[in-house]
Amino acid sequence: MVAIEQNILAKNDGYAEQNRALLRERRIFALNLVSSPGSGKTTLLVRTIEALRSRCPVTVIEGDQQTANDAERIRATGVPALQINTGKGCHLDAHMVGAALREMKLPQQGFLFIENVGNLVCPAAFDLGEAHKVAILSVTEGEDKPLKYPDMFLAADVMLLNKCDLLPYVRFDVELAVANALRVNPTLAVFQVSAETGQGFDDWLAWLDSGLAALALTAASG
Amino acid sequence: MHEMSLAEGIVQLIEEAAHSEGFAKVTAVWLEIGRLAAVEPDALRFCFDAVVAGTIAEGSRLEIIDVEGSGWCMDCCEPVTLGALFGPCPQCGSHKVQATGGTEMRVKELAVT
Repeated sequence: MVAIEQNILAKNDGYAEQNRALLRERRIFALNLVSSPGSGKTTLLVRTIEALRSRCPVTVIEGDQQTANDAERIRATGVPALQINTGKGCHLDAHMVGAALREMKLPQQGFLFIENVGNLVCPAAFDLGEAHKVAILSVTEGEDKPLKYPDMFLAADVMLLNKCDLLPYVRFDVELAVANALRVNPTLAVFQVSAETGQGFDDWLAWLDSGLAALALTAASG
Repeated sequence: MHEMSLAEGIVQLIEEAAHSEGFAKVTAVWLEIGRLAAVEPDALRFCFDAVVAGTIAEGSRLEIIDVEGSGWCMDCCEPVTLGALFGPCPQCGSHKVQATGGTEMRVKELAVT
């Protein structure tokens, strides 16, 4: 008998730590965006980039099973984007992201957005080396998504409730959705936004800026 | 979720152990899978059988040790059993329960020749 006593995801977690160390050294605030397909992740990302890019370098890694459509949408904003196609895979893992980081020209200080494969299940378990997972839920989905897919809302530190401009036209109880999310994760920060109109973006952008500033501060003192 | 990736992770751990411990064949694998780990044991068995083909663990027996979910209820101030990650305390119904066990997915040991 041979005792192993190792976490099955130990390999992934090791790569994630390498990515995290590299990102910290470069003072890059990295966010892993997770959601179901169609929640408006790419549109939200494009609007976020347009607001940020004049003050700070932004880099994007796009994960999808197939096509480079999303990376092309990001590149149209003028920032570098690298597309990872996972093929049959349902999530990005830390090894894929590490390879992408080596391939890209990383700036000294800035934001890295990793847009994960649209899937509320598998990406929850895979640490990519990000500072935070950001879950995006849209008001065209059900209020009970956080209860149906609790692992993801537990793994995330932030929830963006997107498409809030559609609230007058859809039956969606914001209070209930937020309560459900907080039931799963009481420390979750929630922002109500619309990637279409820009509603709520001031708070979201302020959160991003404070994250980057905090990282610069710890890097300077470390 | 992602049971195929987990099965691949298991085979990687086995191959690394074979390299460091110097064994050539694995006949049984013991895993500890917590009930709060979001892993379907049946799906994992299916994927494991597919992934071990052609490796030193081909044909090995997979034993899955089921670990009950447990947590600490902040209102009762005592340990409780937990049926789901965000589940209520079975005693007082509060959701202020921190999971303390049952989220593990570990390769525990191997029988080797």
